[in-house]
Amino acid sequence: MTRHLQALLGSLGRLARSPLATLLTVFVIALALALPAALKVFVSNSQLATGDFAGAVDVSVYLKTDVPLGKAQQLAQAARRRADVADVTLIPADKGLEDFRTYSGFGDALAALKENPLPHVLHVRPKAQEGSPASLESLRRYFGAWPEVEVVQVDTEWVNRFNAMLDVLRRLLLIAAALLGIGVLAVIGNTIRLEIQSRRAEIEVTKLVGGSNAYVRRPFLYTGVLYGLAGALLAWAIVAIAVVVLASSVAKLAHLYGSQFTLRGLELADVGMLLGAGIVLGWLGAWISAARHLRSIEPRA
Amino acid sequence: MIVFDKVSKRYANGREALANVSFNVNNGEMVFLTGRSGAGKSTVLKLMALLERPSRGAVLVGGRNTQTLKARHIAAFRRQVGVVFQDHKLLADRPVFDNVALPLAVAHTPLKDIDKRVRAALDQVGLLGKERLLPQELSVGEQQRVGIARAVVSKPPLLIADEPTGNLDPDLSMEVMRLFRRFADVGVTVVIATHDMHIVKEFGERVITLEDGRVHGDASDSLPRVVATR
Repeated sequence: MTRHLQALLGSLGRLARSPLATLLTVFVIALALALPAALKVFVSNSQLATGDFAGAVDVSVYLKTDVPLGKAQQLAQAARRRADVADVTLIPADKGLEDFRTYSGFGDALAALKENPLPHVLHVRPKAQEGSPASLESLRRYFGAWPEVEVVQVDTEWVNRFNAMLDVLRRLLLIAAALLGIGVLAVIGNTIRLEIQSRRAEIEVTKLVGGSNAYVRRPFLYTGVLYGLAGALLAWAIVAIAVVVLASSVAKLAHLYGSQFTLRGLELADVGMLLGAGIVLGWLGAWISAARHLRSIEPRA
Repeated sequence: MIVFDKVSKRYANGREALANVSFNVNNGEMVFLTGRSGAGKSTVLKLMALLERPSRGAVLVGGRNTQTLKARHIAAFRRQVGVVFQDHKLLADRPVFDNVALPLAVAHTPLKDIDKRVRAALDQVGLLGKERLLPQELSVGEQQRVGIARAVVSKPPLLIADEPTGNLDPDLSMEVMRLFRRFADVGVTVVIATHDMHIVKEFGERVITLEDGRVHGDASDSLPRVVATR
């Protein structure tokens, strides 16, 4: 235990002795780790945001043109009783035509029509928490099954597309994390290689007086872990600062869409993963480098 | 302690450094290894410290065959051999204390024991009180004695030295050699490679002379002191 502590303190001391070089290396590692972490924040927030926005999606149920108004009112009543429905507004055909005349600018053309071509329409607003694509789909199927219904229009296309995009992003996140992880391995491995070279004499003498490979390797492993951990902590800080900087403008954007959405930073599990990745990558990078380069250093008389 | 049995050593560049060398060194014996440079003195020491392995024949140190020793046991083997170099191989950026403590640190000696034993080793070579100095703040003779303190601090049963007096004037050389003899007197096997025939004659210990990689003379029989201490 004490000898591990010694090796750890020794590594810390050496890192502190060349602060600029150490900081630069830590910064490079932090950038490589911050990018996938930021992407993770983006993906999680997008997921939350779509959940929020999907609640604002209306389902338009167009009844067949021969359905009388009384029947339409009955149907609206029935729809209101569903648990996942917040509100149903019935727009009778006459009101629809009037609105169309007022807002569309086709007033004169419409006057030429002998009878109203528009059906009665139910505007169904789902409850916010039921706004997922799947529950919208079940609403669509529910209304579609009524014999009086001509067509149900749900504006879920954009939600579906958005989710597909999120899926792409999630894969991109995996690829970026894998590539940048390899990058971190390379940076740490190279840093350790340089340090091994600069301490060649010391390693030789240590082996000469009977230092085992594990003993010689230990301080380099600690150095790698310290680099990885410091890089991960700095990456966490970078992402946290970025979230703070973006939070107010994101809130404003969400407000324009009528949403109470606020940007969230890294979750605890994500932070744990980030720090764990830093430590593991640091250890692994140092181990690979030490295994490769320490072997070639043997004492000579 | 040491058995060389028909040992040959050919380096990767084709140079044959040793050819059919055989000799034994007993426990607690002090032996000088002499010969012109290139005669194979350094190679013999490297084989003893397991810095090299023989091409043919067998080298046994403390009963262990260096040829068949597994890689993971090399470190433990080297802890049983104290080595002193002509250029002393001290770490320039570490104070005397750290340099001498290194063999104890790699053997996972408890910290409070390290302190005690480093002081004892420095006391033996007459450098007590210089623990905090860096090697370059010492004279060449003092640096060499730090190297010796490092070689003996873990009390190895075998002490080998390659030209330990190469950089020293005659007075300092004698002083260093007397130091080695003190270790031999307490039972440490000591093997010293040197071309300083003056010192060798002065001490009257066993002398193995190498020439062109072969044993040219082994003057062990004519030396009563070795027999007397058995």
